[in-house]
Amino acid sequence: MVNGSTGNGLAIDVRGLTKKYGQLVAVDGISFEVNKGEFFGFLGPNGAGKTTTIRMLTGIISKSGGEARVMGYPAGSIDSKQISGVVPEQSNVYMDLTAWRNLMLTAELYRIPSSEAKMRAENLLKQLGLYERKDSPSKEYSMGMRKRLLLAVALISDPQIVFLDEPTSGLDVQSARFIRGLLRDFRQGGKTFFLTTHNMSEAAEMCNRVAIINRGKLVALDTPENLRITAGKVSLIDISFDMSVSDEALKAIPGVIRVESSQAIDTAERMKATAAMGGMGPGKMGPGMRGPGMAGRQGMGMPQAEPTEAGEKKPPSNRFRLHTEDTGEVITSLVDFSRANSLKMNILNVNPPSLEDAFVMLTGEAKREK
Amino acid sequence: MKNRVLDQMIRSIAIVKKDVMIYYSKGPVVLMGVLWPAIMFISFAFGRGMAIENLMPGLIGVSVFFTCSAIAPVAFPWETAQRTLERLVSAPVAIWTILFGDMLASALVGIIISIVPILIAIGFGVTFTSPLVLACAIIVGSICFATMSLLLSVAPVSGPQYTQMLSTLIKFPLMFISGVFIPLSNLPAAARAISFISPLTYFTDIARYATGHGSYMPLYVDFLAIIAFTFVFWVVAVKLHNRTLPLRV
Repeated sequence: MVNGSTGNGLAIDVRGLTKKYGQLVAVDGISFEVNKGEFFGFLGPNGAGKTTTIRMLTGIISKSGGEARVMGYPAGSIDSKQISGVVPEQSNVYMDLTAWRNLMLTAELYRIPSSEAKMRAENLLKQLGLYERKDSPSKEYSMGMRKRLLLAVALISDPQIVFLDEPTSGLDVQSARFIRGLLRDFRQGGKTFFLTTHNMSEAAEMCNRVAIINRGKLVALDTPENLRITAGKVSLIDISFDMSVSDEALKAIPGVIRVESSQAIDTAERMKATAAMGGMGPGKMGPGMRGPGMAGRQGMGMPQAEPTEAGEKKPPSNRFRLHTEDTGEVITSLVDFSRANSLKMNILNVNPPSLEDAFVMLTGEAKREK
Repeated sequence: MKNRVLDQMIRSIAIVKKDVMIYYSKGPVVLMGVLWPAIMFISFAFGRGMAIENLMPGLIGVSVFFTCSAIAPVAFPWETAQRTLERLVSAPVAIWTILFGDMLASALVGIIISIVPILIAIGFGVTFTSPLVLACAIIVGSICFATMSLLLSVAPVSGPQYTQMLSTLIKFPLMFISGVFIPLSNLPAAARAISFISPLTYFTDIARYATGHGSYMPLYVDFLAIIAFTFVFWVVAVKLHNRTLPLRV
C-alpha cells in the first residue's frame, strides 16, 4: 500500500491549474489548498468548471497547465489514485455485476487483500443498508441505492481522500439526507473530503471551507460563515401582522433599507379564497375581505390600496420582507410600530444572509465583470 | 520500475475477471463460441465437400482468430457509453494495464474455445501428430489475435456498432487472404505474397504442420512472425489508446 503522507498537512495543493478544450478555457489557472481531514466544498453554477477540476484531480482527464498534487503525489498518478476514492456524479458501477462483485472488482484493482476486502465490503454494505441486496445485479437498484453503492465502491480501498461529485443530485429528500448522514459519519474517521455540489445548504452544513468557481475562475474561498458575511451585512426580516399595513409606513421605520410586500402570495391566496367562495374575481372583492379587523381601523393611515409604479392600485398586504443592516434597531422599532398602531405581530423571522446569497452575489458579480 | 510493472500486471487480473464475468460468460457469447466452429465445419465439410483433414487446420485458426477478436473491439466503446471506463481510469491502473487485462481475457477465451474445433477434428478421425506444437501455436496465436483486436477498438467512439463494423471489414478479408482453407503452396504467387501480411497465415501454417501435413515455412519462422506481429500490435495499440482514451472519458 502506498503511503501518501506528505508532512506539509495538505491533502490537495493546486497551483494555476488550467484545462483548455481548443479555444475554450474550462478551468482558468485556479489555485487552492485543502488541508488533511478537511471537508472542502467546491461550488459553482452549471458549466463553471467543477467537474472538470475534479476529473483533473482524479486523473480522469489530463491538465493543460499548472500543478496539482494529491497527498503530495502528482494528481492523476497511480500513487495519487491509490489513496483516493471517487464518487462520480453519474453512476458508473457495472450494472451486470452485483454490489458484492463491484466491490470485489474495485478491491482487486486497488490490490486490497481478499480477506480484508471481504470484511470491508460486508461492513460498508451493512452501514449503507445494502447488505440484504448484495447479490442483486446493480441494474436492479434504485437511483438512491446506486448512489450508496458508489459511495461503498469509493470507500472500499479505505482512501485517505474522497472526491464526491454531486453525491446527492437527483435524489429524493430522504435519500439525500441519508447520504449526508453517512458522510458525516465517515468524516469522523479523519478522511479528507472534496465535495462539489449545487446544494448550498448541503455545503453550508457539511463543509469546513468552500471555494466558489465561476466560468473557470475561483471567485471566493473561505468558510461558509465568512462567505455569508461577504454576501453583505444585510439581513432579511420576515414579518406578518394581523391586518394590512402600507409599505410606506414600514419604509419610514429607521434602519429599514427596503420593503417587499408579499403581494404575489396574498394575491394567490385571495384568488384561491375567491374561487372557493363561488368564482368572485379579485376586482369584485369587498373591503371587508382584506383582513381581520380592517373595517374598523381605516383611520390609521393604512389605505385599502395604493398606486403601484405602473399606476395600478396595489392592494395592501399584511406580510412583508424588510431589508436592514441594523437588525436589533429595526426589531425594536417594529415592536414600537405595532404597539402604536394596535397591531399584532403574527410572525417575526430574522434571516441572516445565506451561503446561497453569497453564491448568487459572487457568481453574479463575476458574470457582470465578464 | 520492475516492481511497478509486475504490480500493474497483477492488477490486470481484475480486468480479466471483469471481462469474463461481463462479456464472455454470457449465454449468447458462449453459444456463439461453440456454434461458430461447428457451423463453419458443417458448411465446409458437408456444404463444399472439403476433405476434413484439409479443413481442420484452417477451422482451428478461424475459430481462435474470431473468438479472440470478438469482444475487445466492442468492450471499449461499450464501457465508454456505460461510463465504467471512467471508473477504470480513476482506479490506480495504467492504460496499458487495462489493455493488458482485455488482451489476456480475449486470449484466454480463444484458448478455451479452440477445444471445440479440436474435439470436432478428433471426432472425425483427424490425428494430431504434434499436439505440443499446436498447443504452443494456440497460446501464441491467441495472444497475437487478441492484441490485434485492441487495435480495432482504438477509435474513440461511444457506440459498439462503429467498431464492430470496422472489425468485420478487417477480419473477413484477413480470413480470405490467409490461406485458411487452401494450403499456401496451392495459392497463386500473388495471393501467397498478400497472405504474409496476415498473422493468421502463420498460425494456420503451424496448425497444418500439427496435423501431419507439413508446413510451408519453417516452424520457427511461423512462430517468430506471430511474435513479431504481437509486439507491433501491442506497441501501436498502447500508443494509440494513450492518445484516444482521454477523448473517450
